[in-house]
Amino acid sequence: MDDDAVFKALADPSRRELLDRLHARNGQTLSELCQGLEMSRQAVTKHLAVLESANLVAARRRGREKLHFINPVPINGIAERWIGKFEERRLAALSALKQALEGEDR
Amino acid sequence: MTTKSLDQFVYVTFIRTTPERLWQALTDPEFQKQYWFGMHQESDWRAGSPWKMVFTDGKTADAGEILEAEPPRRVAIRWRNEFRPEMKAEGFSTCVYEIEPMGDAVQLTVTHSIEAPQSQLIRAVSGGWPRILSNLKTLLETGKVLMPERPPVAAA
Repeated sequence: MDDDAVFKALADPSRRELLDRLHARNGQTLSELCQGLEMSRQAVTKHLAVLESANLVAARRRGREKLHFINPVPINGIAERWIGKFEERRLAALSALKQALEGEDR
Repeated sequence: MTTKSLDQFVYVTFIRTTPERLWQALTDPEFQKQYWFGMHQESDWRAGSPWKMVFTDGKTADAGEILEAEPPRRVAIRWRNEFRPEMKAEGFSTCVYEIEPMGDAVQLTVTHSIEAPQSQLIRAVSGGWPRILSNLKTLLETGKVLMPERPPVAAA
C-alpha cells in the first residue's frame, strides 16, 4: 500500500478525530460520525474519502446503510517497517551475547 | 436497531500476489505457521467441513465449521473460541475472507462479526489480525516474515 497516502491522511487532525471516533465505536454511518462534530457533513464525507483511499477506513454496506470501519493494517505495516527491524536486531544481539557468554571454544 | 447488537471489524490489505497463492497461504497449515506465530488451522476448506485453530502445543484455540467456500475467492468460517470460558460463552462468530484481484495485486478483506455487543472475542481477535496480515503480506511479497514466532530465546 502507498505509505505516502497513509501519512498524508494522518497529517490532518480532523481525520485523526474521525479515526478516534471509529476506534471508540467501530462500524458507524456517516450521520452517526457527524453527530457532535464541528465539521459539515460535506467535510466529513471528503475526509472519509481520503481515509478510504489510504485504506485507513473500510466501508461496508449493511442493508441500506453504509458503515465505516477503522482499518489499522496499514498503520501496523508502518510500525513493523521500523519496529520489526529493532526487534530483529535485539534478537540478533541476544544470540550474539549468548554465544559470547557460552563461548565457542569450551 | 440491528447494527447495535452486532460487533464487527473489517480489515483490508493489498498484497502483490495472485488469488491462488493467497488462497494457498490462507488455507495451508505449513504456510499459516509462518505468519500466524506458529499456530495453524485444520480443515479441508469445503462447505460443511469442520475447522479448527491449533496452538503450537497442539491444544485447540478455536473451532467451528466452514460455512461457505469458493476457492480462490471467498471463505466463511463459523468460529468459536474454545479455551477461554468467557469468550466461549459468547457463542459462534463469523469470519469471512474475501479475495479480489486489483491490477497486479490482490485485495484481501477479513470481516469478523458476532451477534453480541462489546464482544470480548472480537476485541481479542481484532488485536491480532493487523500483525498477522502484515506478516502475511511481507511473506508473500518477499518470502520472509518481519515477526516470526515469539522470540525463541529460551529455546535457542
